[in-house]
Amino acid sequence: MVELALPKNSRPTVGKTWPRPANTSNVREFRVYRWNPDDNANPRVDTYFVDMDDCGPMVLDALLYIKNKVDATLTFRRSCREGICGSCAMNIDGTNTLACTKDMASISGAIKIYPLPHMPVVKDLVPDLTRFYAQHASIEPWLKTDTPQPEKEWRQSPEDRVKLDGLYECILCACCSTSCPSYWWNGDRYLGPAALLQAYRWLIDSRDEATGARLDNLEDPFRLYRCHTIMNCAKACPKGLNPAKAIAEIKSMMIARQL
Amino acid sequence: MAELDTRPVNPALNRPLSPHLGIYRPMLTMMMSITHRITGAALYAGTLLLAWWLLAAATDAKSFETAAWFMASPIGRLILFGFTWALFHHLLGGLRHFVWDMGRGMDHPEREYLAQGTMIGGIVLTILVWIAAYMAR
Repeated sequence: MVELALPKNSRPTVGKTWPRPANTSNVREFRVYRWNPDDNANPRVDTYFVDMDDCGPMVLDALLYIKNKVDATLTFRRSCREGICGSCAMNIDGTNTLACTKDMASISGAIKIYPLPHMPVVKDLVPDLTRFYAQHASIEPWLKTDTPQPEKEWRQSPEDRVKLDGLYECILCACCSTSCPSYWWNGDRYLGPAALLQAYRWLIDSRDEATGARLDNLEDPFRLYRCHTIMNCAKACPKGLNPAKAIAEIKSMMIARQL
Repeated sequence: MAELDTRPVNPALNRPLSPHLGIYRPMLTMMMSITHRITGAALYAGTLLLAWWLLAAATDAKSFETAAWFMASPIGRLILFGFTWALFHHLLGGLRHFVWDMGRGMDHPEREYLAQGTMIGGIVLTILVWIAAYMAR
């Protein structure tokens, strides 16, 4: 359902302003969403100041600076710091992206950081992705075949392999799905751009033999057809993929099989 | 295929919902999607107005005079101007969706051009129609 306003327990309040680093003028301001399950209080937005002479170029560097030198309670996920694990996906400067590959120089003014939008918050910048993963699992993202296993590997021509480019690179960071207004309002029934891009990755795979069953699974007013080509997904994807286009291809396959 | 578990995630934890529309940077394509919806709804009202005008014309001279008087009044003209814009904006938005439904023009920067075309085209066509209407008077 479309609910434009946040529930009462979710409205952020003005939080604490943490001290500025001394003896430097090269400072940037950060406004970071905070929520602690133990506080029994509404979320708040804290203000931090980071010494840019003592910090790397990416937003993740600043978050680590804050955690190491200002406030050790700040909670966020991160791992690879090079845009391949997808852990540090969050809303930075109004768009979903990876903190580790988002250059601070590309942002003007105070840097606002929120968790991925319209998700249950576990703590601070950590969203609960349980449902997101369940949706991915529901499209059964593995090779399905009826013909007997070949003696060596399943063969694929270079031309068919190329069809997987722009699809296999997805790191399941959830930037796209949580940028989608349709997913915000109908995330319980609409699978969202990430799961649908993965669905297309298996639909278009020349080796997969479950195309019909896969399309049947998506033939639903909500699972697939809640995509209204709003395009936030394609603009958010930190890997430069285009889930909207993958969804359009699935819709074409749906029509093609009825002709 | 696996059934999708649609139960809400651990409601007992009382987790807050992270901010969404209020903090997301307005994207042109997202704004065009929202205005496509709004103009689509506005067309219902505009069509009712058109139906009133036609019904009045079919009834008698007096009813038609009333309808014509309202449409020619400053408020009536403002509403008709808005109706014209809603019509063109929604029409071009529909054409944009046709293109996208065929999987074309979805990459950067084509998708931005299509969105800009909807926005600017709707305004230009509206103004052209009104200029033509005033010249034809």
